[in-house]
Amino acid sequence: MPTVAPLDLEGHCITAVFLGDVPHFALADGAIHRLDHGHKTVQANDGLLAAFHDVANDRLITGGEDGKVFAITAGGNAGELASAGKKWITSVAAGPQGAIAFASGKTAYVRFADGKTKEFAHPRSVEGLAFSPKGMRFGVARYNGATLHFPAAEGKPVELEWAGAHTGITFSPDGAFLVTTMQENALHGWKLADGKHMRMSGYPGKVKSLSWSVKGKWLASSGAPAAIVWPFSSKDGPMGKAPLELGTRGNAMVTAVACHPSQDVVAIGYDDGMVMAVRFADAKEVLLRRPGKGAITAMMWDKQERRVVFGSAAGDCGVIDISA
Amino acid sequence: MSDAQTQIPVTVLTGYLGAGKTTLLNRILSENHGKRYAVIVNEFGEIGIDNELIVESDEEIYEMNNGCVCCTVRGDLIRVVEGLMRRPGRFDAIVVETTGLADPVPVAQTFFMDDDVRSKTKLDAVVALVDAKHLPLRLKDSREAEDQIAFADVVVLNKTDLVTPEELAKVEATIRAINPAARIHRTTRAGVALSEVLDRGAFDLARALENDPHFLDEHDHHDHDHHDHDGHDHHHHDHDGHDHDHEGHHHAHPSDIHDVTVQSVSLRGGEMDPKKFFPWIEKVTQMEGPNILRLKGIIALKGDDERYVIQGVHMIIEGDHQRAWKDGEKHESRLVFIGRELDAERLKKSFEACQAA
Repeated sequence: MPTVAPLDLEGHCITAVFLGDVPHFALADGAIHRLDHGHKTVQANDGLLAAFHDVANDRLITGGEDGKVFAITAGGNAGELASAGKKWITSVAAGPQGAIAFASGKTAYVRFADGKTKEFAHPRSVEGLAFSPKGMRFGVARYNGATLHFPAAEGKPVELEWAGAHTGITFSPDGAFLVTTMQENALHGWKLADGKHMRMSGYPGKVKSLSWSVKGKWLASSGAPAAIVWPFSSKDGPMGKAPLELGTRGNAMVTAVACHPSQDVVAIGYDDGMVMAVRFADAKEVLLRRPGKGAITAMMWDKQERRVVFGSAAGDCGVIDISA
Repeated sequence: MSDAQTQIPVTVLTGYLGAGKTTLLNRILSENHGKRYAVIVNEFGEIGIDNELIVESDEEIYEMNNGCVCCTVRGDLIRVVEGLMRRPGRFDAIVVETTGLADPVPVAQTFFMDDDVRSKTKLDAVVALVDAKHLPLRLKDSREAEDQIAFADVVVLNKTDLVTPEELAKVEATIRAINPAARIHRTTRAGVALSEVLDRGAFDLARALENDPHFLDEHDHHDHDHHDHDGHDHHHHDHDGHDHDHEGHHHAHPSDIHDVTVQSVSLRGGEMDPKKFFPWIEKVTQMEGPNILRLKGIIALKGDDERYVIQGVHMIIEGDHQRAWKDGEKHESRLVFIGRELDAERLKKSFEACQAA
């Protein structure tokens, strides 16, 4: 039976991650809580809006209402990396070679490891940011499509057009596909080699959580009463194929998904706080956490594949140990 | 769901630079009413706003991908409201201040069309600040000034000390012609009682029409101290350029006031047959949605003990039972459309055809 070590906090948990082996919880008030031989806290942004787990550097990048970008490392160090005036920083991402990107209004910024910063102005708001896993390239989700920039080189960006407001963005782990979440209840994808479109729709709600499975074979998503898991293993992605629907519940919506690091298993968080793990092959379900006070907002597996850290909109966070 | 919370009221302040928005906003923020506000502005003005929680956002209009050109929302508001509502303990209400050039429709529609925003907030009222001296000029050179008035629940007619009584009467008549359903307050230095602009419940079906004692009562409200506009309701339709027939447009008034393109159509009828009325209003809003800025109505349904109230913005329409008809209250249906290019005669005929036999 999985056991849950609860951490009851006050406020909305933006993200929950392991840094080192230590569970960290970033709250909307900018406090970063961690369970490191007891409950400890360090303050990052004055109002935290966006967070991105920089896996390569084992740190959390955050942006906030204070117009600042922080990096939080294991052990409770929160340092300011950049600032962009008095406007909100609404999106952050981490890329190769220690580069990070952040967005404020219509401008995307890239800050390289040496501290140099480059600005990318857009005609419309920068809604989402993601780096490609390969090369120095990052994508911006925007109104009517996505824009790809090559910050290390001069030259024009690549524009990918699709009508509608694109709010979030992710590259597949092999860099072959780009997928955006939309203001409408749908995902949109592009095969980058030829620009072919992939429309993934039919969700009853907005998709706010995406997670690639091991080697990017599947893309799990929230926004429905089940985790909707699209097959991406063929060269044309999910086109013409039906997604898996895992962990279907009649009375709750999936709000967060996190794929297992090495197996075709996904942790699914619901709006009532329940967490389940479901295997792709046979849709077998294991209950990891009973319903709680608020919707699950974030989850992550640890490297040992033994624990899942989770956060909720009501602050009832915790760590699930599945080995027990 | 366990994280249900009360919906935070949102007041939208529109109006041109110089109309007194900042003055009113600072009064809202500083007067002693015990409420804390989060303020969303499109640009930090030159005059400071004294508040702890001010968010600057870039106006970002998103057309929804459903083929409907009038289904627009403000993407920036979705994001800001979502961010604010993650820390709801900091404020009791939200004020959205738009620039003079902003279209109020996407702002309002955001609070109806986005599920996340809608679950956490509720639009309380759209308040338009109007500069009595400069309105005629504004109406000449922009459509936005007219849209803001047409769309407003409350119009604060400010800087009345800068015009003559005749000019003021004319400006007010113009506002009335654009929007017969709004409450108008004449002020200097935006000195309107805050209770007249806050907590209005103008989009709350249960309250919306109770707030407007003169809603649609265009034949009754002349006793109101500043409604001297009898003159323009029924004559001078000098819009011959239109190619549709408007013989008998007796409730439409785009008309005698120059530079006004918005008209209103007020309809009255008896008890309605629900089997006819609901398909009709649905069809009207589907077909005429892009031309309808606002609609409001109280409907008497045949065989129904309760008043049915409806309101709409473009193609979005909401309706609900409001309260029981009072003893002796006339079971009458009243509906007003505010928009452009409305065919008043056709609306009237088709509305009347929905009456129960």
